[in-house]
Amino acid sequence: MGRYFTVRLLHGLFLVVGVSVLTFALLQLAPGDFFAEMRLNPQMTPESVAALRHQYGLDRSVVTRYLLWINSVRKGELGFSFAYDSPVASLLWARARNTLLLTMSAMLLSWLIAVPVGVVCAAKSGGWYDRLCSSATSSLLAVPDLLVALGLLFLAVRTGWFPTGGMVSTGFNELGSWDKVRDVASHFCLPVAALVLGTVPVFERHVRAGVVEVLASPFIRAARAHGIPRRRLLALYALRGAAVPLISLFGLSITTLLSGSLLVEVVMSWPGMGPLLWEAVLARDLYVVVGAVMCSTLFLVGGNMVADVLLFAVDPRIRSGG
Amino acid sequence: MTSRQRIYLALAFLGALHASVLFASFLAPYEAEAQDRELPFTPPTRPHFVDALGRFHLRPFIYACAPSSMPAEPCVEDRGQAFPIRFFVRESSPGLEMAKANVVDQGSELRTGESRREHRRLLAVDHPARIFLLGSDGLGRDQFSRLLHGGQISLFAGMLAAALTLGLGLMLGAFAGFYGGWVDHLIMRSAELFLALPWLYLLFAVRAFLPLHLSAVQSFFLLIAVMGLVGWARPARLIRGVVLSARERDYVAAARGFGASDMHLLRRHVLPQAFGVVTTQAGILIPQFILAEVALSYLGLGVAEPVPSLGNLLAELQQYHVLASYWWMFLPGVALIPVFAGYYALANAIHERTGVVQT
Repeated sequence: MGRYFTVRLLHGLFLVVGVSVLTFALLQLAPGDFFAEMRLNPQMTPESVAALRHQYGLDRSVVTRYLLWINSVRKGELGFSFAYDSPVASLLWARARNTLLLTMSAMLLSWLIAVPVGVVCAAKSGGWYDRLCSSATSSLLAVPDLLVALGLLFLAVRTGWFPTGGMVSTGFNELGSWDKVRDVASHFCLPVAALVLGTVPVFERHVRAGVVEVLASPFIRAARAHGIPRRRLLALYALRGAAVPLISLFGLSITTLLSGSLLVEVVMSWPGMGPLLWEAVLARDLYVVVGAVMCSTLFLVGGNMVADVLLFAVDPRIRSGG
Repeated sequence: MTSRQRIYLALAFLGALHASVLFASFLAPYEAEAQDRELPFTPPTRPHFVDALGRFHLRPFIYACAPSSMPAEPCVEDRGQAFPIRFFVRESSPGLEMAKANVVDQGSELRTGESRREHRRLLAVDHPARIFLLGSDGLGRDQFSRLLHGGQISLFAGMLAAALTLGLGLMLGAFAGFYGGWVDHLIMRSAELFLALPWLYLLFAVRAFLPLHLSAVQSFFLLIAVMGLVGWARPARLIRGVVLSARERDYVAAARGFGASDMHLLRRHVLPQAFGVVTTQAGILIPQFILAEVALSYLGLGVAEPVPSLGNLLAELQQYHVLASYWWMFLPGVALIPVFAGYYALANAIHERTGVVQT
């Protein structure tokens, strides 16, 4: 048991370190930086620009900068933002929390929809319900995420049922605590819906395929011969048999969901990491870019850890020392 | 329908879509950059068959927009004069007219160029009427023409990026699988790194390190390079698996025994096994890259105005009033649906036929 988790932990660590090295290697390739545009400003002398660059360590080699950055990570600052003039960590946490709220609820909701639908489709495979689902998922898959998000926004604008962007209304601070929750929840519906519409078809297809495969296996026939009711068979036996690939899918789907969330957040101006990263790219605020990428890697590693624990719980092959 | 028939059907459908954007300059009634500042956000023009007197015309016609003082209703049809739609019109490009105005004294040179640059358009109407089949944008540019020209950029950016990714993936995957050992380890560990990152974050990060302001051609090729370099990991991993099992086959050992070189073995005996994986991946990757281009251009990080792409056509929707009032501005996004459906159908059919597992 200890070995399994040590290996997974080391793998996660390798990812985090590897990604940080990769982003810094890319940094080396960058032509121009935040201060390059300042040179065009007639009020700035070249000396003062050079002094600023020196102050932020931009004139050092990439290895020195990496070590400096590691040092600031150790202090919990994650580098320094040029545009906001503050440590990156302080910018990132609130944003990361919002992104996490969005992606985790979308993930949960997607599974809650995909599992029952997928199981029922698999149980009645080939029937009209199954065919309806499969045509619905293929048409949903063909609609680009961006269009889904824009379409939902259009719906909100036209009907006025939902607020059209942001996370809170103006005057949020004056609201009572219950109203605050309600306000955030109403802002939260559209981005989550956009994400769920993107992920449910993928999940549903995997659930269906997994359960169909398990239902064809001999132990299910044996269980049926023993007279176990169909519902119990589906919920306990078939789903459990299909669980291992689905948990791997859960780990893999985090990257897709984070990418989707990036786009949805920008389109619906949800104050998550998406808009922060976008603005940082436009302002060439490189350490914020690095910070956001690292943060998404951390989410991913965290999600993979959860998947590993689940796999450990579900798959006896791993428990018996795989 | 057999899977073979479905492959041909999907290919024909995609072929038609690509041909229509390829012949954009023939099918589109206007140049992509041609503006008419008098007619911003005009709704799609309705072709008529029956005129004001109730007579039926075989040739469809349109009405011009009457000059109106109401900003809310930019186009009120002026029923006084009908403008018949003319088909297969010979036209010299407006770029040339501009050049003519600038370079008057070099007329002789121009005249020789004139005959060459003349080309046909599928349909046109006489001035002052304008035919906006899918409405016009904020600068009075024809949305339909921009959609076709933008589709040209977006679809081929996706295709080229996928070709780059698959080429890279094929090469690295083949090396990793064929030689094994530390080469395999190195390539597969870095593949894990690339796979782990959310690809849009990665794309953003790579984009952040490139200059912001680029010419349209530069940004087009940089975009392709960035997307192509970011996506290699998944195909490389799949191809490695295929190569790994193929190199253990008896016929490969036999060929090796006859003295075949590594390159020959790879080319003739191992890589043909990867055909199914590569084509299925192409069907999945191309739409993904089209979407990546659309997302980046929507956010102003991809192909830049005035050159149209499906992404920067959608970018006008970032303005609230455009989103709320002009539904035809969504059409560039809607146009992606058949493209995606076609590619996915193709990938499914190939997958079914070759029986390759896609993860």
